[in-house]
Amino acid sequence: MTAVTPAPPGTAVDPAPAGVLPPGRSPGRSRLRTAAGFAFGAALLFAVAPLVLSDFRLALLAKYLCVAMVAVGIGIAWGRGGMLTLGQGVFFGLGGYAMAMHLKLADAGPGGMPDFMQLYGQLDELPLWWRPFASPWFALPATVLLPMAVAFGLGSLVFRRRVRGAYFAILSQALAAAMVILLIGQQGTTGGTNGLTDIKGFFGYDLDDPVNQRMVYFIIAGTLLALLALTRQLIHSRYGELLVAVRDGEERVRFLGYDPATVKLVAYVVAAGMAGLAGALFVPAVGIISPALIGIVPSIEFVIGVAVGGRATLLGPVLGAVAVAWARTALSERFPGTWTYLQGLLFVVVVAFLPGGLASLWALARRRDDGAEPAPRGWSVLGRRRAGRTEVPAA
Amino acid sequence: MAAVFGCWTSASRKAVKPVFEKNKALLFYPVQYEGLEQSPYIFYTGATTNQQIVPGLDYLKSQGVKSVYLVGSDYVFPRTANKIIKAYAAANGMTVSGEDYAPLGSTEFGTIVNKVKSSGADAVFNTLNGDSNVAFFKEYKSAGLTAAAMPVVSVSIAEEEVKGIGTQYLEGQLTAWNYYQTTPGAANSKFVAAYKAKYGADKPTSDPMEAAYVGVYLWKAMVEKAGAFDVEKVRAASDGITFDAPEGLVTVDGKTQHIAKTARIGKIGADGLITEVWNSGKPVEPDPYLKTYPWASGLS
Amino acid sequence: MTVLFGQLFTGISIGAVLLLIALGLALTFGQMNVINMAHGEFIMAGAYTTYVLQQSITGAGLSLVVALPVAFVVAGAMGVLLEILLIRRLYARPLDTLLVTWGVSLMLQQLARDIFGSPNVQTRAPEILTGNVALPGGLTIANNRLFILALALAAVAALTLALRLTPLGRRIRAVVQNRDLAAVSGIATSRVDRTTFFVGSGLAGLAGVALTLLGPIGPTMGTNLIIDAFLVVVVGGIGQLKGSVIVAFALGVLQATGEYLTTLSVAKVIVFVAIVAFLQWRPQGLFTLRTRSLA
Repeated sequence: MTAVTPAPPGTAVDPAPAGVLPPGRSPGRSRLRTAAGFAFGAALLFAVAPLVLSDFRLALLAKYLCVAMVAVGIGIAWGRGGMLTLGQGVFFGLGGYAMAMHLKLADAGPGGMPDFMQLYGQLDELPLWWRPFASPWFALPATVLLPMAVAFGLGSLVFRRRVRGAYFAILSQALAAAMVILLIGQQGTTGGTNGLTDIKGFFGYDLDDPVNQRMVYFIIAGTLLALLALTRQLIHSRYGELLVAVRDGEERVRFLGYDPATVKLVAYVVAAGMAGLAGALFVPAVGIISPALIGIVPSIEFVIGVAVGGRATLLGPVLGAVAVAWARTALSERFPGTWTYLQGLLFVVVVAFLPGGLASLWALARRRDDGAEPAPRGWSVLGRRRAGRTEVPAA
Repeated sequence: MAAVFGCWTSASRKAVKPVFEKNKALLFYPVQYEGLEQSPYIFYTGATTNQQIVPGLDYLKSQGVKSVYLVGSDYVFPRTANKIIKAYAAANGMTVSGEDYAPLGSTEFGTIVNKVKSSGADAVFNTLNGDSNVAFFKEYKSAGLTAAAMPVVSVSIAEEEVKGIGTQYLEGQLTAWNYYQTTPGAANSKFVAAYKAKYGADKPTSDPMEAAYVGVYLWKAMVEKAGAFDVEKVRAASDGITFDAPEGLVTVDGKTQHIAKTARIGKIGADGLITEVWNSGKPVEPDPYLKTYPWASGLS
Repeated sequence: MTVLFGQLFTGISIGAVLLLIALGLALTFGQMNVINMAHGEFIMAGAYTTYVLQQSITGAGLSLVVALPVAFVVAGAMGVLLEILLIRRLYARPLDTLLVTWGVSLMLQQLARDIFGSPNVQTRAPEILTGNVALPGGLTIANNRLFILALALAAVAALTLALRLTPLGRRIRAVVQNRDLAAVSGIATSRVDRTTFFVGSGLAGLAGVALTLLGPIGPTMGTNLIIDAFLVVVVGGIGQLKGSVIVAFALGVLQATGEYLTTLSVAKVIVFVAIVAFLQWRPQGLFTLRTRSLA
């Protein structure tokens, strides 16, 4: 992807919250533990969950895992790269719409068109930009490449001009707002606020059939594991170290001769691709994609799971996203008002007082066990401008 | 699950529709909507277009209105409603002076009101949603436009919304619904009295509330006629079920699963209540695809 | 022609609203680099203050006049509370502040819902502010828009004078320009921060009172405003007010023009594209404060 060559595994650093190698642990042991962790995760997702969960709960889990995929990407861009992206809904939506367009066309059959186009658009024939999506060979790659291309376009503009920190966050959020307005305004071709609903088939498989729903779940679980493996490779590579370095001291990296814009761009594009893939798989799992799922509010909700789990860790975003989504379903069913308070409180408590997320508690406990020097990296009131943290340009 | 009563926006109904159809469960949907839909597992107890928008246009025509300006939120209901209005206008010698859409939730209406004002239209047909109505009417009054000179007919402003906008801005403006708190009849007096006893004297009743209330009683009558809670039996029993509703007699049409309702045009008063100025005289048969209206033949 | 002048005034009045909602943010963001997403809810607090006051003060004109200072204090106090409880612990982490204050804004919205209910509430505007001034050629200018324009300009003027002339203003400018140097020169920076936050949040309260004349008063009214407000500040550049003033009116006129020539939805997107393009040209905003601090 870049001129950066992947480092041999032996030089990899451990994904501790700070991105530094804790004392007393060898990379070899870490690799073994990772393999065991993956095996455990796979067993949990592929064997335990389908056995203990009802079809309904399994379908919900499939949905949560899609959110978790977005979270993995945010973990890279924000946790590792320091880019707080509040507009991942855009990429989730691009992937979702690309997939849904294909499935709607497949449902309609050859030469057919989705029913809403006649009803709301009075279109006699398929709009030009819909046509390529009839082919799975176009639509499937598009679910990932389209979001990546948009991220590349925007990212290469803003990173090169050193728009960063809060400026970047606000811009990414405005992007989500603009995307929703555009989608809603073109209801004849996008379904407007209704979005694309009532998706019946998935490459010839009837989605009403619980067996096929299960298959979709397995695809999602497998994809998530693959993305985690990819992410692990990425953050342990030399590029991964460079990304953390850019987060912690962009100017210093520049002085060392690297181009921070390219480093950030790669992370942003990868995160966008993951969000796009998540959106694409969300569609067969849930059967709908609509503007309400991708606007400002859902975009910022993607971030909360990442913060809760631990933004800079590998597994934190996944566990956090699933936990928050699950808590939302469990609580908002019964106490909608309480959930809003709780969600607000989660943002406040976790981000303000536990910036490493729940993962930092885990790391803290483990370090105590190891007998190593307890060096919790909590929040600090000292040092208004902690050395090297250049999130907002001041000049 | 025997039946679900709910959903508010069209988007939410569209989102759950496949789920109900897949699981063969019943939904009673209580809100006026854009028509063009007929699901075997949904009963629509709010108005479809020919029970609200078409009567609204009939009323404007009877008042000698020759040109209308269309203002709506940018989503499915207003865009569909405005297509119907344009087809009606073309067939009935009315002109559409302009058509504008505001993004959902938009609260900046300077431009739209400026355009409405300079268009010189006889009336405005308003399909704005939610908060946008507040900003629109405040801007409308500030621009010096009045209900007497250029009345606005709204289809999403019921008594509850009037409270949130302010009668200062709304007095004299028109609405199109099937029910108002002031609708005469013993059934409504009882309904209003019971509602106020439970929720407080200052809480008004409105059309969507009434439609939701009616839905429950219609379902009860269907179950009693069918002698079972089974969804297919309930559906089969639905045709011809009647209920003496607060809005007057309503009848279920088993074919479309909509209900025949009386259309009513009302005027907003200084007390925040809406009083009827016209009604269709008898319940209007539901026609979600406007098949019985020759001018609408190109629409669906 | 009338329409065009009408549109020009619409653009200016959109700009006045933007300016009013962004002014407080420009102040706090400029001084502390803090993104306060709860700013929209402080605006909401100002609007609800007007509503609550009207329950006891029935005269619409009087209640509006009383609401202005009361809302300033109410929203300002909320701001100070937020500053003391959370924001001052997070000065080194501006992005985290953004998320934390987003959480606060969620809670404040739900609080409003629990206290006042989810439907919008109404306030009565004084009759004079629902009328308009007729100009030759059929052009009318709405009085409530004039009032808001005047209020926004008055707020800018007062703020500018305070920053230029008062000892407090001098301290604020010192902190904005070089916090560390200000601190070693004996300025109690944390007290200055708190005062700035009070004034910035209080301005949001003022905006809330003004907005009752234009739009809905409900629990979610703040969320629709916050992004626009931030875009103004970001494009205007931090540390100086004139950038925000110019940008607010420029975006207002751009939006009104776009709305007139295309549709409202497209105009919103045009404004966004213009902002991205502008930041390509001047990534630090229209005006930047030149300081010697390395960061």
